[in-house]
Amino acid sequence: MAHRWTNDLTRTDVTPRGLFMNRRQIIQAGGALGLAGLGGQAAAQDTPEPNSFEEITSYNNYYEFGTGKTDPAKNAEALDTSDWTVTVDGLVDNPGTYPLAELIDGLTVEERIYRLRCVEAWSMVVPWQGIELKDILDRAGVQSNARYVAFETAVQPENMPGVRRGVLDFPYVEGLRLDEAMHPLTIMATGLYDQPMPNQNGAPIRLVVPWKYGFKSIKSIVRISLVEDEPPTTWNRLAPNEYGFYANVNPTVDHPRWSQATERRIGGGLFSSRQDTLMYNGYDEVASLYEGMDLAAQF
Amino acid sequence: MARPLTTAQKINGALRRVPAWPLYVLGALWAAFLFWQALTGRLGVEPINALEREYGDTALKLLVAGLAVTPLLRYTRVSLLKFRRAIGLLTFFFVLAHFLVWALLDVQSFGRVWADILKRPYVTVGMIAFLGLIPLALTSNNLSIRRLGRSWRRLHQLVYGIAILGAVHYIWLAKGFQIEPLVYLGLILGLLAARIRWARFFADRTVRA
Repeated sequence: MAHRWTNDLTRTDVTPRGLFMNRRQIIQAGGALGLAGLGGQAAAQDTPEPNSFEEITSYNNYYEFGTGKTDPAKNAEALDTSDWTVTVDGLVDNPGTYPLAELIDGLTVEERIYRLRCVEAWSMVVPWQGIELKDILDRAGVQSNARYVAFETAVQPENMPGVRRGVLDFPYVEGLRLDEAMHPLTIMATGLYDQPMPNQNGAPIRLVVPWKYGFKSIKSIVRISLVEDEPPTTWNRLAPNEYGFYANVNPTVDHPRWSQATERRIGGGLFSSRQDTLMYNGYDEVASLYEGMDLAAQF
Repeated sequence: MARPLTTAQKINGALRRVPAWPLYVLGALWAAFLFWQALTGRLGVEPINALEREYGDTALKLLVAGLAVTPLLRYTRVSLLKFRRAIGLLTFFFVLAHFLVWALLDVQSFGRVWADILKRPYVTVGMIAFLGLIPLALTSNNLSIRRLGRSWRRLHQLVYGIAILGAVHYIWLAKGFQIEPLVYLGLILGLLAARIRWARFFADRTVRA
């Protein structure tokens, strides 16, 4: 159980949050002096320290709380996470509606420092705390005919301005193929930076699938269903030509409206340079899941 | 006996004493202020995209302001005509700033800029609007007005199409259902409709039919 995967990213654990901020400011100052290239390059793939807590919690896509990047930080305070329950249903031996504490009781929570690549071509590195989804699914008892896992985000219209405005077709839903869900990289995160999950990042429990575009990593989950057929997913339903079911990070398959070949790491300031996007966001260990698939067609 | 002045006449009288040049100063200060905010982290942790949007947003607001001048005169008799050149030139200035942030700070390579213009419809549309503004900016001076005569007016009617392209550019890049880009398109179409002399428009039709 758990610990099936080890970080290749390093976290300078001893570095207090204040120093992360300083580092960012130094990079920005470097940029102002025309040393932007150096600052950006230094932050490239080889030494991806996590983004600062401030960066991770102030630049979010969580359309239930607004479409602007800073809207979730402003509005997500209203999210009611008390008495949170998660319904596990469908093709499982132990269906039910579980209080969150009960759902994860006794399972190993570990730190995973993952790159996060948004479909909008920006990226971050986040130190999550979470539980392998496999552990939760094993306990639910996945039946042999289950082939996909479907997830659903909470809908609290009174607390969610984006839901009231109908920005998307809510509730937000996502899905994974069972083998993707069972992969040791796939976690249900309950915190970051050793703190309970901030509301704007998907409190109290969210999915993190680091080799897929960020929109697959559904936030504030209230339902996990084991199903036989590929479940509908929110962005795919809205624009099937732009957002596929798989949504694996792939620099060779462009979004129709922008290139996916490069990305900008958040935190480099006004002169930060772009860096190359890696296949599967650098998580090559998942490549075997997609052997024989045409990734341009099943994007 | 002279008739008492209307409110519009009073406003116009007051505006006569206000020069147009401070608008250029305000525009330049606003652009510099936004840049400073982006540079110092005051536009959030991803300042490139934020600055790009701020400049684009200002340009759209100026476009709307410029298109409002004629309907305002027609329906309220308040004349802002003397400020229209400054509004137009500032529109171009902010579109140029928007373009430069996109090309130099965001995309960062000529090859990719070119590829995006060809491949991404919303970039293509924005680029056409930007190119269309160049001749308008170059002829926004008294000499050009004299030299071009009647064709100056026709040339500057290009801005109607450019404004629509600007709004379409914004709508096209939004994800999901967003209100703000649609508000801009609505405002622009509304202001264009307000310029049409509907009575004459329909009269002409009837005569021809």
